[in-house]
Amino acid sequence: MFHPSHFTAVLLFALFASTVFGITMRETPKRMFRYGAYCFALFVGSVIVLSWAMFFISR
Amino acid sequence: MATTPNKSAAASGPSQQGFVYLPLIAGWLVPGAGHFLLRKWVRGALIAVSIICMFVLGIAMQGKLYKSASDILDLLGLVGDLGNGLLFFIGKVFDLGAAHVQMTTADYGTKFIVVAGLLNIIAAVDAHNLRTGRKS
Repeated sequence: MFHPSHFTAVLLFALFASTVFGITMRETPKRMFRYGAYCFALFVGSVIVLSWAMFFISR
Repeated sequence: MATTPNKSAAASGPSQQGFVYLPLIAGWLVPGAGHFLLRKWVRGALIAVSIICMFVLGIAMQGKLYKSASDILDLLGLVGDLGNGLLFFIGKVFDLGAAHVQMTTADYGTKFIVVAGLLNIIAAVDAHNLRTGRKS
């Protein structure tokens, strides 16, 4: 069985979801790649920001 | 009245011949198959790898595969899982996934499976849009 850490699960989720978003939401390969990278950065960035926010709220 | 180049190309091209919904149905049943039918090999391969990996990782994390709906949340999960097409039916036949979510990673796995199904629906609709000429 596979037991990833929370952050590894986030990275995997962001990678696969961003790939499909990039391909389906844009028309040219260059714009697909840029949109996929943008979605990936938003997924991971928002998780890091929210994680720190919850860390400070819990203290 | 003049038509735009895109609309005229879509109306006169080969995309209007044959069964228009074939890429949609094929894309739902097998992730990426809709794009393969339209000879979009790289797009189809990336979609297939992403969705199949997500489904397999979800099962490997002992995620729950919704097989029946007893309440509204189960029903929503079942609808998401159904988006996986044949992967869902294979999982159902071979009784894959955990019956109950007992740890955090299993909950993540359940979400991986549901989101893989929803992404597969988006990809199948994208293949349909390519087929009808709405997208290039």
